[in-house]
Amino acid sequence: MSVEPNPNGGVPVEADPVGADFDAPAQTPASPQQKGMFGISGTGDVSGFGGLVRRRPELVGSPKPYGGYFDEVTDALEEAYPGFADAIEKVVVDRGELTLHIVPEKIAEVAQIMRDDEALRFELLSSLSGVDYLGSDPRRLHICYELVSMTYRRRIRLEAAIPAGASLPSVTTVYPTADWQERETYDMFGVIFTGHPNLTRVLMPDDWEGFPQRKDYPLGGVPVEYKGAEIPPPDQRRVYQ
Amino acid sequence: MGIEEKLPSGILLTSVEKLSNWARKSSFWGATFGLACCAIEMMAAGAPHYDLGRWGMEVFRASPRQADLMIVAGRVSQKMAPVVRQIYDQMPEPRSVISMGVCASSGGMFNNYAIVQGVDHIIPVDIYLPGCPPRPEMLIDAILKMREKVMAAPLGPTGRKMLEARKAEGKVPIVAPGAMPSSYRADKVRSAEWTQAVKEGREEQLRIENWMKLQPHMREDHK
Amino acid sequence: MTSSTTDDSVYATERETTEGRVFNVTGGDWDTVTGSIDPLSNEKIVVNMGPQHPSTHGVLRLVLELEGETVTEARPVVGYLHTGIEKSLEYRNWVQGVTFVTRADYLAPMFNEAGYCLAVEKLLGITDEITERANTIRVLFMELNRISSHLVWLGTTGLELGAISMMLYGFREREHILQIFEETSGLRMNAAYIRPGGVAQDLPPSAEKKIRDFLVYMPKKLKEYEAMLSGQAIWHERTKGVAVLDVTGCLALGVTGPVLRSAGLAWDLRKTMPYCGYETYEFDVPTATTADVWGRYLVRIAEIKESLKIVEQAMDRLKPGPVMIADKKIAWPAQLAVGLDGMGNSLEHVAKIMGQSMESLIHHFKLVTEGFRVPPGQVYVGIEHPRGELGVHAVSDGGTHPYRVHMRDPSFVNLQAIPAMAEGALLADVIAGGASLDPVMGGCDR
Repeated sequence: MSVEPNPNGGVPVEADPVGADFDAPAQTPASPQQKGMFGISGTGDVSGFGGLVRRRPELVGSPKPYGGYFDEVTDALEEAYPGFADAIEKVVVDRGELTLHIVPEKIAEVAQIMRDDEALRFELLSSLSGVDYLGSDPRRLHICYELVSMTYRRRIRLEAAIPAGASLPSVTTVYPTADWQERETYDMFGVIFTGHPNLTRVLMPDDWEGFPQRKDYPLGGVPVEYKGAEIPPPDQRRVYQ
Repeated sequence: MGIEEKLPSGILLTSVEKLSNWARKSSFWGATFGLACCAIEMMAAGAPHYDLGRWGMEVFRASPRQADLMIVAGRVSQKMAPVVRQIYDQMPEPRSVISMGVCASSGGMFNNYAIVQGVDHIIPVDIYLPGCPPRPEMLIDAILKMREKVMAAPLGPTGRKMLEARKAEGKVPIVAPGAMPSSYRADKVRSAEWTQAVKEGREEQLRIENWMKLQPHMREDHK
Repeated sequence: MTSSTTDDSVYATERETTEGRVFNVTGGDWDTVTGSIDPLSNEKIVVNMGPQHPSTHGVLRLVLELEGETVTEARPVVGYLHTGIEKSLEYRNWVQGVTFVTRADYLAPMFNEAGYCLAVEKLLGITDEITERANTIRVLFMELNRISSHLVWLGTTGLELGAISMMLYGFREREHILQIFEETSGLRMNAAYIRPGGVAQDLPPSAEKKIRDFLVYMPKKLKEYEAMLSGQAIWHERTKGVAVLDVTGCLALGVTGPVLRSAGLAWDLRKTMPYCGYETYEFDVPTATTADVWGRYLVRIAEIKESLKIVEQAMDRLKPGPVMIADKKIAWPAQLAVGLDGMGNSLEHVAKIMGQSMESLIHHFKLVTEGFRVPPGQVYVGIEHPRGELGVHAVSDGGTHPYRVHMRDPSFVNLQAIPAMAEGALLADVIAGGASLDPVMGGCDR
């Protein structure tokens, strides 16, 4: 975190007030990149004597050794999978969890190795979910695969990132449990899984348009009337970040 | 049946009306429409501890064709909305609807794309019951109020004409049927008090005053 | 099913000639062809069960293709209770998220809350700072909730298989647990009691007494249920050999919980990947080997007994202490007490924040309006829910609102097993199989 003098003193001169405006477009709470209390951008410091500029930490891979069983797992994967160097984009060890960022096209292959190799034996796909990193990553849709090895009692996460509208192979041939979970990820985020037996909407009605859990999809509430007040829907209320 | 159309308006029709309404209210058969958490509280109301069987409601008919009370218990999602409407349409007249819980009454805490903001967007509702989830006793209160409303319902076109005539003459009961809290209705003194308050337009104030009287620190003899 | 005839005499004879292949078609073939298809056994009807149906555990829709009474294809359709909980969480702060998450799987609200709070605490890095009393109370309430969830399962499964009185007994016992919850948190269900950092309020002595009484009362009732169901021939007929799903099937479909344990694999996250201090409690993981509805019934009854053991151990080790972490910048600031006008902030706490400590006032204000910030990152926490593994994948971007929270609900994943259990079985077995999976649509659809 560096300390730099901020030209405007950090006060946003042309920003519109964030408030209870019914016609305001859906406002997903913005990431607090450089916002302080009460939504002030920059430092909010009007004195001009320099302020604290908080930079968003970059997501960097962790250096080896990773610690614990993580080294074993990555070494076993490297041994078993010849295309390891091409497939793994990044290895992140954070809060006691290992995340392998995989090139999307290779995800089914990697999943197969993870399940079948003797040293890995990740038999169970616990969870498959999507995350939308709109604004902070050009490949905005990330799909997280949580694998559990019952033999070795370990957990690991595989993450694949694709831009909106792209597709990646389905892992249903390796883990049939991914069937409905991939359908849910498609339903909510619009991620297309090639090779899925039946990629249709599972939670929303079949003819729904749009992908609700994307960040640019509005929450869709209505203003609520009370006696003497009207409260706007949650995505249009004042946000304290 | 036809008898309600053939009878001329008068004492005979009124008696038949009262008899038919009494039969209807004493054995409401609910259509199972439990959706979410409120359904569990509805089941708990049917369970031994709170026992809806005391009012003839222990039976919940799965088929809407045989039901006359639909308790919409739980959040109604966009996908479920046409189903709600279809079940309501399949119920024969006379039918009533209680929307149980805040999600059914107004969308509740889920003010978003997925939940219909109140089942009254889809079907007409007779009693709204707030709560998240409402206690079984609150559901019982709502059912008792529904019974009162049913007791006062007109029978057939002639019955409706009689009701209109009564309204035109101003011979309506002071307290609308279904508006008095069940704990007041049972007691003659309190129900007279409530009726008086309704006449003056201060029934909620009366309720608050009575509640305050029960609080130990507000009693005059409190040390 | 169409009898695929390998008898070629029904097809026209062919021979090669100088002009090419010549077929010799005679009219008599058609009768042979139609005669080989049995009109009675080839009639398939499509039956739609639900979403409004007394036996589908909520709003589950099953589209069944029946041939007589045998199910040839079963397609579950879910989504009738989709509430957008995960998206709503992105617009609330981390503590408000508890009230949303608790209503996902409404029969086991404590587990939803616990999973979410464990994920938030892992993101915050304060898992080790949760006080012992808070962890003990969490375990206590989770196990009580497990018992009440299994009681509802017993009740509804009994109801669906015809043992209607089981419904009444299950709900009668559940009332005791709901009264314990009400005594402690104020609400019978969906209490928002477990919060990031600890639990919302301390366990009052009246609740402790109720729990002790329950521990004495419940085993007697369990004996009654076993006498009523386990020994009964009809129950055996309806549940033995029905809806079999072996270990391979379970693992492939991602099915965890009592269903997996009824197939023989003793995978219980409380033992294999413990959390909240579960490694210090003594309990067994019941399994069965039959992988059918009967096995699941036995596993769940045994789990109620194990949960009672854990509740007793938790009650014995309750020591006075704080129930929220010491870090004032995260701990929920309210000290609630039941006063003359109901439950609210205790008078001492109000006096403190208004009169004595400026810091407490600031903390109270900031935590309630803005909420605490969680450093960026993502975690996945899995806990042993009555229905299987409940996973919470929480992503934070450094702010006061969750960036993304995904709940891996066991009901959603377990329901994929319905076609595997139902196809080839009789219609009544579909009901029994579906009931034994114990799906709760609130969790499934979120």
